[in-house]
Amino acid sequence: MVHLDGNSIGGVLQSVFGRDLTVAVGVCGGCRAERPVGAMHVYRGAGIVVRCPDCDMVLMRVVESPQRMWIDLQGVATMQIDAD
Amino acid sequence: MIETSQVRTLILDVSGWPGHRAGQHVDVRLTAEDGYQAERSYSLASAPGDPPAITVERLENGEVSPYLVDEAVHGDRFELRGPIGGYFVWDSDGSTDPLLLIAGGSGVVPFMSMTRLRRDSGSKVPTRLLYSSRTLGDVIYRDELDDLAARHDGLEVVHTFTRESPPGWTGYSRRVDIDLLREVAFPPQEDPRVYVCGPTSFVEAVADNLVALGHRPGRIRTERFGGA
Repeated sequence: MVHLDGNSIGGVLQSVFGRDLTVAVGVCGGCRAERPVGAMHVYRGAGIVVRCPDCDMVLMRVVESPQRMWIDLQGVATMQIDAD
Repeated sequence: MIETSQVRTLILDVSGWPGHRAGQHVDVRLTAEDGYQAERSYSLASAPGDPPAITVERLENGEVSPYLVDEAVHGDRFELRGPIGGYFVWDSDGSTDPLLLIAGGSGVVPFMSMTRLRRDSGSKVPTRLLYSSRTLGDVIYRDELDDLAARHDGLEVVHTFTRESPPGWTGYSRRVDIDLLREVAFPPQEDPRVYVCGPTSFVEAVADNLVALGHRPGRIRTERFGGA
C-alpha cells in the first residue's frame, strides 16, 4: 500500500487540534526516532494510520465520521511544538 | 485557466482568505446531490499575497479531479479547508541556503508558489528546479518557467522527459536517477534545502538517491501524492 506524508493529513489534524500539527516534532514510542509529523508516513484506508518511517510502528490512528472523530496517539511518546 | 490538456488552474475567491505560504495546500470537498462527499488535497500554485489558486491534474479514475478540470465553471462553489501545512513550505526569509526543488509531473505545483514568491521577493537565492514530465505537452507553466529562468537571477530550470522528448532536444530524456541527480543537484557540501514532490514512487526513489549521494535526510522535505 502506498503511503503519503504527514502533511497530507495536516487539515484533519488542524480540525482536531486547532493548529497546524505537521510542524510538531514527535518521538516514536518504539524506536525513539524524532521527526516532524509532516515527515511521518500516512496510510489511508477506512481510517488514517500514521507510522514511524524508521521502525514502522503505528504512531497515530484517526477515524472520522460525520459526527465524531477518534484519535489514538498511543504510539507517540512525546511531541513538542512552538508555543502559540 | 487551462495549463495542459489534462491540467487546469482554478483561481478561488475565498472570503476572508488569510493569505498563505509557498508550499501549503487546501483540502477541497465536493458534495453530490445524494450527499456523497469526496475530499482531496491540492497544493496552492499562486504566490503568497496573490489570491489562492490551485492547479489540478485530471486523473483517469479520479473522483474529484475530473469535475474540477472538465466541469467546474466560474461561480461554482465548493468547500475548502486551509491553507494547511507548515512543514512543506519555503519562506523567502533571507537565508542564503541553496534551494533544490525536484518535481514529478504535477508535483511542480507547490514549487510554482515557491518560485513565484522568489520572484516577488527579489530573492537571488541559488535555486534549481528539476522537473520530470512525460512529454513537452505535459509541462505545466511552461512559458512562465522559461521566462523565470531567462531572468538569470539564480534560478535554473532543468527538464527531463520520460516518455517522449521534443524534436531536437539535447537535454535529459529519462527518469530521474542517481546519475541525473548527481549532475543536477547542488553538491551535498553546499547543504541545500531540498523539496521533492510528486507521485509516491518518484519521491521515494529521489529521496533515497539523494541520501545515497550524501545529502542529509533532515534537509529533504517530501510531499507524496497517492497512486504510483
